[in-house]
Amino acid sequence: MLTLTPALRDAIIATCIRALPNEGCGLLIGRAEESGSTVTDVVPSPNVAASARIYEIDSRVMLRTVRRTDEEGLTVLGVFHSHTHSEAFPSPTDVRQAPDPDWHYVVVSLRDVPADVRSYQIVGATVTSEDIYIGS
Amino acid sequence: MAATVRIPTVLRPAMGGLTTVTVEGSTIGAVLTELTTTYPAIEGQLLNGDGTLHRFLNVYVNDDDVRYIGGVDAPVGNDDEITLLPAVAGGDA
Repeated sequence: MLTLTPALRDAIIATCIRALPNEGCGLLIGRAEESGSTVTDVVPSPNVAASARIYEIDSRVMLRTVRRTDEEGLTVLGVFHSHTHSEAFPSPTDVRQAPDPDWHYVVVSLRDVPADVRSYQIVGATVTSEDIYIGS
Repeated sequence: MAATVRIPTVLRPAMGGLTTVTVEGSTIGAVLTELTTTYPAIEGQLLNGDGTLHRFLNVYVNDDDVRYIGGVDAPVGNDDEITLLPAVAGGDA
């Protein structure tokens, strides 16, 4: 399970809307625990692929975020990105390129209003949906 | 030359859980080859068979992306910090 505050959920959606017509993306940081992960901040990234069909996190953002999480005792929990015209489910590209089996993969569909935000775990070729708990 | 290499979480299980290691080598290629020799479980995840950088790996020497400073030939000095980062990409393609 992934826990988010309403403000962080809104920040994820806002990042994706600002990136239109391209896909938006960013990193999730926080604390990983046995019972699930709690996101304490989201880090927007430029989509260096600059595409409506694919995304790529800026590696400089990744570098700064890894250093920050090490200093603050936090963890990079995963990544979020948008699908501008399709459902909030990982595409074959998302699954094939998923970099870390411990990560949470949040997909935001902007196809309909309101935006649909869902989270998955991707281990090998297996995609598992997980609950998002919106806490205060 | 001995540099510190910061290991990404995805590679740590194959490297005994280490977060950083100290590796000898005067170039990025030499450092990554030495890492693979020491930790064979990560073979194929750093370098391609032809010795070039793996497509889904980003490597920084301090604040410099090695792709812009010589790739695998980028020089490594004492006290340099090398950071290995997974390329994070995907999309609805």
